[in-house]
Amino acid sequence: MTNRPDTNLDPRKAVGTTGHDWDGIEELNTPLPRWWLWTFYATILWALAYWVVYPAIPLATSFTKGMFGWTSREQVVQDLDGLKTLRGPMTAKIEAASLQDIAKTPELLSFARAQGAAAFAVNCSPCHGAGAQGFKGYPNLNDDDWLWGGSLDAIHTTLQHGIRWDADKDTRASMMPAFGRDGILKPNEISAVADYVRTLSALPVEKDADLKLGQKVFTENCAACHGEKGEGIQDVGAPKLNDKVWLYGPEKVTIMERITLGGGGQMPAWSQRLDSPTIKSLAVYVHTLGGGQ
Amino acid sequence: MTNSTTHKPSLWQRHAIFEKNSIILIVGILVAISIGGLVEVLPLFYLKSTIEKVEGVRPYSPLELAGRNIYVREGCYNCHSQMVRPLRDEVERYGHYSLAAESMYDHPFQWGSKRTGPDLARVGAKYSDDWHRDHLRNPRSVVPASIMPGYPWLEQTPLDIAHIGEDMAVLSIEGVPYTPEMIASAVSDAKTQGSADDGATAAFLKSYPKAITRDLGGNNGRLTEADALIAYLQLLGTQVDFKLYDDKANIR
Repeated sequence: MTNRPDTNLDPRKAVGTTGHDWDGIEELNTPLPRWWLWTFYATILWALAYWVVYPAIPLATSFTKGMFGWTSREQVVQDLDGLKTLRGPMTAKIEAASLQDIAKTPELLSFARAQGAAAFAVNCSPCHGAGAQGFKGYPNLNDDDWLWGGSLDAIHTTLQHGIRWDADKDTRASMMPAFGRDGILKPNEISAVADYVRTLSALPVEKDADLKLGQKVFTENCAACHGEKGEGIQDVGAPKLNDKVWLYGPEKVTIMERITLGGGGQMPAWSQRLDSPTIKSLAVYVHTLGGGQ
Repeated sequence: MTNSTTHKPSLWQRHAIFEKNSIILIVGILVAISIGGLVEVLPLFYLKSTIEKVEGVRPYSPLELAGRNIYVREGCYNCHSQMVRPLRDEVERYGHYSLAAESMYDHPFQWGSKRTGPDLARVGAKYSDDWHRDHLRNPRSVVPASIMPGYPWLEQTPLDIAHIGEDMAVLSIEGVPYTPEMIASAVSDAKTQGSADDGATAAFLKSYPKAITRDLGGNNGRLTEADALIAYLQLLGTQVDFKLYDDKANIR
């Protein structure tokens, strides 16, 4: 009993109790902290003000529009108009200038590269990679090995109309036959021509490779699009086969897979999604990545 | 408390009945919440501004619906929302903000602002089918920094399409305008959509305009779960032609 609290400090006397009594246990009626209470009242006032200022209360056929008639849709239109005003002068210059002029004029070039980089990050990087390095089946855009041409105009056309993109009637289209699946070539012919393709870029082949047969099959089936020496033909998007840059990979099994399945990659027609200055900027941006011709 | 001795009990004391009886408290809570719910939800059913009709929106084709079921089954919504909000940065990144009508046939809807992965409301026609296939198999093969798990089994699992008509029948109870003919031809429609032109494609496109019909994955006649999911993803956000859509007409 030595530690019995001083009755002068008894909180029951200071703040009283709520009067609740559960088997002798009583509840102190301590008031809420002032700062908390006033903050609470302030939030109530804030809510009331919000009801008045912003659209809030549903009525029979409509709803209260608030003091300023604010709507999120009008707001976003305004915000986008703000962007248009901000970019407007430069966008107009980009729209008016030719691709070549944009590339030559430092002011336009720096704007196009900035706009192009942003658009690339959102729209192109999922396939071509954040650094435009490409992935298996998705071309690297940093090198000077182009499927459909690396000039400003060629890149621009590719961006506008896409590749093998059915929804755009001007899309770049060509289709490598499925030599294996459709039974055009026999398995031994596919194996032989895959070995031959490897020799075009001086890659080692198996000792028993039938290069003679491979060359014959290549001349009869592949050369029309890929060129006699595998130099590729950009008009039909046929990749160069005599360099060390590979779209799918240089392994014999990968080459055989491509010969068997044929076909080719697709790219969306971006004119259906992006506006014309953005596409021009993208063309210039991609052209400056390192391989522009 | 002070007037506990007076005849008429104060409001505070009347409140004691709620504090001392849990059942009465629960009933009181339900009444309070219902009022809030009615005031917030009920107007959505009759206010014109919330029932905006937009041209081009149609019910999902059987194959797209099957893809949507897989989307929900795999929990894609845990990371991906389908709602471009009317905010400048979202419109800049994803395209036109989503309209309520674009998800009018979604039961349940896929709205949200959870963006662990990017919003998918406008992902349709943004990537090739092959990209989706590569990306579903192993997201890191095309997006090295991706934290999305791979779903390699989708392209190995044959699509169970036999019961899709029953799904459509249930949805028609919920108000999706599937006709009995659409439900009856659900399985063959799904096969038509997943194949290159097989003669029935024109009739199929009449029921489901703008649907992608192509040989998904190059394995004609053997639809996989990935094929259905890709058919669904390629449709998202492509139904409304925003070149024709009038922003201003719909500000109310």
